[in-house]
Amino acid sequence: MSTEDRPFASSDSSISQKGGMGQGIWSERIIEALIRAAGVSVIVVIALIFVFLLREGLPAFGEVGLGNLFSARWYPIEDLYGFRPLIAGSLLVTFGAILIAVPLGLVTAVYLGEIAPNWQREILKPLIEVLAGIPSIVLGFFGGVALAPLIQRIGAPTGLTAFTGSLILAFMSLPTIISIAEDALFAVPREYRDGSLAIGATQWQTIWRVLVPAARSGIIIGIMLGIGRAIGETMAVMLVTGNAANIPELSAGMFFQPVRTMTATIAAEMGEVAQGSLHYNVLFLIGITLFIITFLINSLAGWLVGGGRRRRSSQL
Amino acid sequence: MPPGRRSWGGILFSLLLLSAVLIGGCRPSDDEPIEAGTGRAIQNKGSDTLVNVALAWAEAYRAIHPEISIAVTGGGSGTGIASLINGTVDIANASRAMKDNEIDEARANGIEPVEIVVAIDALAIVLHPDNPVNELTIPQLANIFTGRITNWAEVGGRNEPIVLVSRETNSGTHVYFLEEVVRKGEKENKDIFAPQTLLMPSSVGITSEVRRNPNAIGYDGLGYVDAAHEKILAIAPDAGEPAVLPSVASASNGSYPLSRNLYMYTAGEPEGAVKEYLDWILGPEGQQIVASLGFVPLKESP
Repeated sequence: MSTEDRPFASSDSSISQKGGMGQGIWSERIIEALIRAAGVSVIVVIALIFVFLLREGLPAFGEVGLGNLFSARWYPIEDLYGFRPLIAGSLLVTFGAILIAVPLGLVTAVYLGEIAPNWQREILKPLIEVLAGIPSIVLGFFGGVALAPLIQRIGAPTGLTAFTGSLILAFMSLPTIISIAEDALFAVPREYRDGSLAIGATQWQTIWRVLVPAARSGIIIGIMLGIGRAIGETMAVMLVTGNAANIPELSAGMFFQPVRTMTATIAAEMGEVAQGSLHYNVLFLIGITLFIITFLINSLAGWLVGGGRRRRSSQL
Repeated sequence: MPPGRRSWGGILFSLLLLSAVLIGGCRPSDDEPIEAGTGRAIQNKGSDTLVNVALAWAEAYRAIHPEISIAVTGGGSGTGIASLINGTVDIANASRAMKDNEIDEARANGIEPVEIVVAIDALAIVLHPDNPVNELTIPQLANIFTGRITNWAEVGGRNEPIVLVSRETNSGTHVYFLEEVVRKGEKENKDIFAPQTLLMPSSVGITSEVRRNPNAIGYDGLGYVDAAHEKILAIAPDAGEPAVLPSVASASNGSYPLSRNLYMYTAGEPEGAVKEYLDWILGPEGQQIVASLGFVPLKESP
């Protein structure tokens, strides 16, 4: 009686019209209510967090002034609250991480899913999942102690640069990108593969012209989740990017300069501020900015995935 | 109305009610300072410069008064002072004096901060051991840290870029360095650190960067530096004046230009166990510990 497309409420009332089932219906109702409460509470919690962010962050707008917020200096003990170096820092580190992680992750996923023999896949897949479980602070520590001296040796003035952060973040987002992209490739129907090979395409052509486009939406979700992890990461980045509130000049060397990310700024300064002070409000404003940026990334992902699905269904 | 629909609204309503109660319930605790010093555990937090001394004090005091436990945490002077203002610690450690606006914030929360000088520290300027520079003047340091001098060749070193290393802004040492070096002690001077300055979350962060980077320059409390791994610079107040190396002697006689007081702050005049603890710190036993950790003890009664 309860088919999938039928809303709960109507199936529920049709049972009660029959009557005489007593306890069964009550327990069902309680369970239903609990499930509903769980679903609703998620929305309520998110809404409350956002309201809280707005309440603590928005007063800063009026007091600091837009001119100061868009200026190029972040130095809170002199009330200089320019967001530009922080946004530039976060974007630079994340962009670098994408440049490294996306090609590497995609190629690894294709290799694992399509080319690697079974025994290799069985060794590599669990290893990649272990990689996902390394705590970020451990990676940050590794980056600061082992990676930074290497980067200094290749000619950067200091080893604590945006590039060091990008490497660590790429390493952190790789497992997400690889496993989700690999699952997406795996989910492509067998007929695509067979059909493509049957009409004479090489394995290479099959992978790049048929399988990767068909798995596009899954691959994009993987990449976006990876980016989401990268831009929100705090501790690892704080230990390796040098935290200089510096706007790197647009040049080839820009990745080899120290930067200060939004997340590291909140983490480093939250402990020093008195609750309710201007600096405290501004840190929440950074939180709102970060929230908006990740929201935009998620919407972009949704839009890209939606577009991909529509196109695919129109092709079929 | 179908029964399903009604329970939907009921759930939503009760959730909203619940969240409203929760928010409402949280409110008073935001404004009300936590009752400090009621238990026997003394909460002590703040300056990373002072944290080793504070830990040594707490350990030694525990040996004499095992019934009193003292919880010591670092985090920076700003962190300790913010905790004092928010009413969560009994004693805040600071390597700088409280600022006027911080005192106002504390008073607004009903807390009257009381300042006690507990030790003296000399601030050492450290370089990589391979750096040929041996001494600098305060004006040279100011030009270096504001980014007006960017190459070691301009101060007698190699032709290499200078890498600036500093503590985070929540550090009392950062604020002291800003006032006494970057601004050369001039009240109306509004210079700040160059934006390229690396901001390290801890004293150890500075030491490790200076130890591995031949072009780095940083600063740390005398108790934190190790002449075996870093080069400690001799500092002259101005060009043409003699440069002095930091030491217990040069800091206590005032010939080293970068020496400063280290403070403890209490919420209101110290009483009971906190007062006994502070008296012991200022006494001969407490000051003996200061000297043994490379800091400068207070002179016999001022």
